[in-house]
Amino acid sequence: MLLKHTKGKAFGLMISGVILLICTVLSITLGYTDTNIKIAIQAFQHFDGSNEHIIIQDMRLPRALIAAAIGSSLAIAGALMQALMKNPLASPDIIGINAGAGFFIVVAMMVFSVNSLHAFTWIAFAGAATAAFIVYFFSGTGGGGLTPLRLTLAGAAIAALFSSLTQGLLVMDESALEQALFWLAGSVQGRKLEILLSVLPYLVIATIIAFLLAQKINILTMGEDIAKGLGQQTGVVKLMIAVSFVLLAGGSVAVAGPIGFIGIIVPHIVRSLVGNDYRWVLPYCSVLGGILLLLADIGARYIIMPEEVPVGVMTAFIGTPFFIYIARKGGYAS
Amino acid sequence: MKKYLSLRLGKGTISFLLDRKAIWINAAFIFLLLSVFLIGTGMGEQFLYPWRVLTILLGQGDAFEQLIVNSFRMPRILIALLVGMSLAAAGAILQAVVRNPLASPDIIGVTGGASVAVVLFLVVFTDRSNALTVSIHWLPLSAFIGASIVTLLLYLLAWKDGLSPIRLVLIGVGMWALMKSLTTLFMILGPIHQASQANVWITGSVYGSSWKNVWILAPTTVTLLIIVLVMIRHINIQELGEGIATGVGSYVQKQRFLLLLISSALTGSAVAFGGGIGFVGLMAPHIARRLVGSSFGALLPLSAIIGAILVVTADSIGRTFFLPVEVPAGVFTAALGAPYFIYLLYRQRNA
Repeated sequence: MLLKHTKGKAFGLMISGVILLICTVLSITLGYTDTNIKIAIQAFQHFDGSNEHIIIQDMRLPRALIAAAIGSSLAIAGALMQALMKNPLASPDIIGINAGAGFFIVVAMMVFSVNSLHAFTWIAFAGAATAAFIVYFFSGTGGGGLTPLRLTLAGAAIAALFSSLTQGLLVMDESALEQALFWLAGSVQGRKLEILLSVLPYLVIATIIAFLLAQKINILTMGEDIAKGLGQQTGVVKLMIAVSFVLLAGGSVAVAGPIGFIGIIVPHIVRSLVGNDYRWVLPYCSVLGGILLLLADIGARYIIMPEEVPVGVMTAFIGTPFFIYIARKGGYAS
Repeated sequence: MKKYLSLRLGKGTISFLLDRKAIWINAAFIFLLLSVFLIGTGMGEQFLYPWRVLTILLGQGDAFEQLIVNSFRMPRILIALLVGMSLAAAGAILQAVVRNPLASPDIIGVTGGASVAVVLFLVVFTDRSNALTVSIHWLPLSAFIGASIVTLLLYLLAWKDGLSPIRLVLIGVGMWALMKSLTTLFMILGPIHQASQANVWITGSVYGSSWKNVWILAPTTVTLLIIVLVMIRHINIQELGEGIATGVGSYVQKQRFLLLLISSALTGSAVAFGGGIGFVGLMAPHIARRLVGSSFGALLPLSAIIGAILVVTADSIGRTFFLPVEVPAGVFTAALGAPYFIYLLYRQRNA
């Protein structure tokens, strides 16, 4: 734990907030089309319809906002899942939530030819909830919670299941493949602001629920028995956590497709910064998650310029070594 | 009459107990496999009755029937059979090493490594006019190399004062995620028709197999299975846990490495010819275990047979039921394997 005192933690959070702002500005100004901060400000104050201004207003701004919102949601979702499952490796992608939501959306797109934004959001929620339900209830909540091994295996198998079903569907329809492939890669590029706006209310509500639950989560992580002994209705708290989690993870997938590893990396870094107090962990996750995804997205523009790497691939590159590091370090009960 | 038969060959190199009941079950499933094999060969636009297929195989029938059976359908069915056997055996070995029935080669990223290699192969060796610059026959080799690299990496990364099965699986899942995103990346970078070609392969299909493929895959599979046969007694001990295995004088780490190597070689060669046919490595050993218990001498052959039945059936259905579209075998194994897997999770939940 790096920051021990409340003042230090509050100060750190402020600094992180400033960094988040800087990253957002960078995300708006950097990229293939050369712009700078002056042009960016002009684009909002005196919009003149030039190429740069259009790019900034229609492409870069939505992109930056989406990256910040999704990064923050995914990080909080990861932290919540880890508290709920008492397991440092739990996160939306590892336990198959992303794949579940992805499968539901591809089915909706191909079989029922749905393409309204609102419908997508709800379908993604349904997919995320289904996958979470399968993993949580079918892989054993009885006795001592899930061990990391069981959870990871169960989750990986659920993910494998949904992604092979998705692939099976795509094999049969080549034209759908092109549309779906772009979405399935996990990217914040080329999304319209409306997509974010249709999901944003849910993300905000879920984040507020999570923040309000922080104190209760602290007690819950001490163990089910202690929490009950202290008079907590653990069932209700768990259900609230799960609802918040599904909204955050499902909403993120609906907007950006499956973006992995943010939910593992960020909570882990945050815990090493501020310890296990969820009243600090959650706000920090929300800010640092946004920063990480913004940075990953900026990096994604430069690696194989002029083409772009999907940001989901970037986070997997950063995240896998991290995941392996945590798995190697141990500290989990077998 | 004794309930168990002991089988010892070559001064105990090959040594295991066989349950008499297990022998009958094995025999029954071999018969079932034969029937599926004959029916599958008979299915298609030119329908042939199973006994007709049998007589054609024995050298009768007219030239046209000979052509259909021997040149068109037989290689494909044989490849399906071998791929099924290899995947199931690889899964059985992996589950024994990790001592968890939910492990399978697809989940720890070995299949994923092969997929990356295949997509990369298609991207690198395609020229502007979308023609391959090297022979497609190199594709299996690249899949095999991909699977091997992932296994090696896995082994190195999971090593820390010995190999612990838990670490292996956890890191494997991480690798799987990485491989999946790499696959997507390469698919996006290439032209769309290539992506769809790669997608068929990743889903798993034995489409377009030739006798040449059979002659490469068959010896590999048989050799590997014979090696496993020699290892059976070690696998049985491994399943008792690290402590006991070390206690009775087993070289636990060394054998783990060897078993893992064999398992990934089996996976690699199967994936090379059949693509990522999922859930066979998970399902087949399970069904076998429920029938004959976990003594490996009976479990291994039965898993292999069940695996073969699964893939041959899936491919025959995919090939004929939805004409003119051909559905890859992997779609069916997934559709079958998924509910089964959820059922497994449910049954295991309080274990």
